[in-house]
Amino acid sequence: MTEQHRDSIRVALAGQPNVGKSTVFNLLTGLSQHVGNWPGKTVEQKAGTCEFDSLTFDVVDLPGTYSLSANSPEELIAREYIIREKPDVVVAIVNAATLERSLYLVAELLALGVPLVIGLNMIDVAEQQGLTIETHVLEAALGVPVVPMVATKGLGLRELLARVQDIACDGAEYQPNEPDIRADHKQVLQLIENLIGSYVPEEYPATWVALKILEGDEQITRLMRPRLPEGTWKEVADIIGQHEDACVAVASGRYSWIARMVRAAVVRPKIGPITLTDRLDRWATHPLWGLVILVAILAVTFALTYALGSPLQELLDRHIVGGLASLATSILGSAPAWLLSLVVDGAIHGVGTVLTFFPILLIFFAVLGILEDVGYMARAAYVMDRFMHLMGLHGKSFLPLFLGFGCNVPAVMGSRVVESPRARLLTILVAPLVPCTARMAVIAFLAPVFFRTPTLISWGLLTLNLSVLVLAGLLLNRVILRGERVAFIMELPLYHLPNWHTIAIGIWQRLMSFVEKAGTIILGVSLVIWGLSQFPGGTLETSWMASLGRRLQPIGSLMGLDWRMMVALLSSFIAKENAVATLGVLFGQTESEASIAVALRAAVTPSAALAFLVMQMLFIPCVATVSAIKQETASWRWPAFAVLFLLVVSLVGGLATYRLAALFGLG
Amino acid sequence: MDKHNQDTTSSLSANHAFSLVELKSGQTATIHSLRGGTGLRSRLAALGFTPGTGIRMLQNRGHGPLIVTVRDTRIALGRGEAYKVWVLSG
Repeated sequence: MTEQHRDSIRVALAGQPNVGKSTVFNLLTGLSQHVGNWPGKTVEQKAGTCEFDSLTFDVVDLPGTYSLSANSPEELIAREYIIREKPDVVVAIVNAATLERSLYLVAELLALGVPLVIGLNMIDVAEQQGLTIETHVLEAALGVPVVPMVATKGLGLRELLARVQDIACDGAEYQPNEPDIRADHKQVLQLIENLIGSYVPEEYPATWVALKILEGDEQITRLMRPRLPEGTWKEVADIIGQHEDACVAVASGRYSWIARMVRAAVVRPKIGPITLTDRLDRWATHPLWGLVILVAILAVTFALTYALGSPLQELLDRHIVGGLASLATSILGSAPAWLLSLVVDGAIHGVGTVLTFFPILLIFFAVLGILEDVGYMARAAYVMDRFMHLMGLHGKSFLPLFLGFGCNVPAVMGSRVVESPRARLLTILVAPLVPCTARMAVIAFLAPVFFRTPTLISWGLLTLNLSVLVLAGLLLNRVILRGERVAFIMELPLYHLPNWHTIAIGIWQRLMSFVEKAGTIILGVSLVIWGLSQFPGGTLETSWMASLGRRLQPIGSLMGLDWRMMVALLSSFIAKENAVATLGVLFGQTESEASIAVALRAAVTPSAALAFLVMQMLFIPCVATVSAIKQETASWRWPAFAVLFLLVVSLVGGLATYRLAALFGLG
Repeated sequence: MDKHNQDTTSSLSANHAFSLVELKSGQTATIHSLRGGTGLRSRLAALGFTPGTGIRMLQNRGHGPLIVTVRDTRIALGRGEAYKVWVLSG
């Protein structure tokens, strides 16, 4: 490598899941990072910059993957990025406590012929396990710089950057010891390479392409097949046909190479100590106690979220939304009344009420972030696997659904952890049935108005929603998965103390995507709904919205609901909590809550009220969720399906509730 | 491994491969082969489930998913997936 003068270095950060890669990325880039999607894919892309020694490092965080095969979109993205974008240096983060397994990705990266620096992370954890790793011995064996790190404590980052700089700028000596493959496959590999060599597109290393073809890699086979003359392809296909075990044999070869690399560098104890993880997992993964622990954690999470979040929400609503509204009123005092109403009722109340959920979401995401970071969530997925199987899903789908209790939007986005596209789609479609904080807020407001046992009613509604979710899952599973079995393979990482920096950045990103939605889609729809509820005539009672509500009256009257209740239900489409605001406008021109309650009780019987609560719990997803479904499924078909499906479900639910409640004499 | 476990291990056909789902909690074995489609085999192999590798069953309750340790990593496997991993006792 020749000496180069440059002012920026392009670095790609690679690593398997659970090696602390995101901690390293967050430490390097901090708040400079921006989150988006890989072009044309629903896989998150994170990039950011950092300054070191008057150089700018442009860091791209590659998806966390165990290997670089064609098993998942994440793996394809990682390898395509390296092959096409040719970063100056790839930094591979490996976990010292699971060294052999995490070096597997390194073995794959070396085959791509890209300059590599290894960040040997979590050496503290390895030491706790009784492992000693001599970094310089490992470095000598691999021929690749190895930097010992404890990313959670910020140790080793400067040295990591310095070694990257050495490789990229100063032409430091770099002669990696490339992994070889088993002797019996060497010849075969050479044969394939000779056959295809001249047809390989120039950005791809020919040996790597030959290896991937031998492994049975679908994407590379698809890439090469049309480029090869028919006869050559037949010869290649013959060779592959004779080596059907090659995908396992090649992996075995990589692992035996890794074993040779680490042999001299690692001293391991004869008997591993009984670790904290062993002791905790005895309880956390127990079929009964694991479930008890999970339910207890859920209960504490919700209690904490609502006990702390709800008063804060009210405070925000009163002071920020109310304050902004009166500020706008005083500024726009001389403006026409419709403009004032547009700003105050449309924009400020529409977006404002959504934003008041900020504290609730903040607390919920914080608790979840901690559970995720310490390693508990994988256990929750394991414990829930049995139940998710009812719907033809497996444990991993529980994680996004759990997020849904905060807000359905991150639940839909979070379905990305599910590998199989069909199982992911099913997870997305049932996610809106998880009652989010906004829906629970409506229940919290309305249940005490109508019932003497609001807590019982709330729990009943929650249970109903989750039962409907399982039933819907069962039904959709028949249609979408058609009985396909989804593989459940999941690493259970070691427990560790929470890293506040990583957790804080995670919460920040989730909240920002929520705020972004509130600022764009929700603002737009709020204004449209405002228009519908103001024109013609300037009051809600004479508006298009009201006439739509009146037109829906025949359906509503089946459940004892008048047009005002139907309008309230419709308005929950913008954001679930709007139902309360709409009822406020329609039932009480005064702002006092007590008078609204009196008016509501006068207009709606308890049976009808229960039917309304059931309907609003099961109703169509809010605008933000619909747009998230659109984004994740890359089509309008599935969001449209979700809307129609839940419309039917909620109508049937409301009707059945009304009839049953009347039958049992609820009145 | 305690004596009791060793007895049960050796009583399981000494030199014949059997499916991972038959391995009891606390027992160890050596991976013999992987079955199933290329996708599953390649995922498992990348995770370190390669022939000749030691594997320890941490939790197997006879139904539902199970937990094993392979190459210092705890991995939860669905029963269907575990069924595709064949092991030799010891």
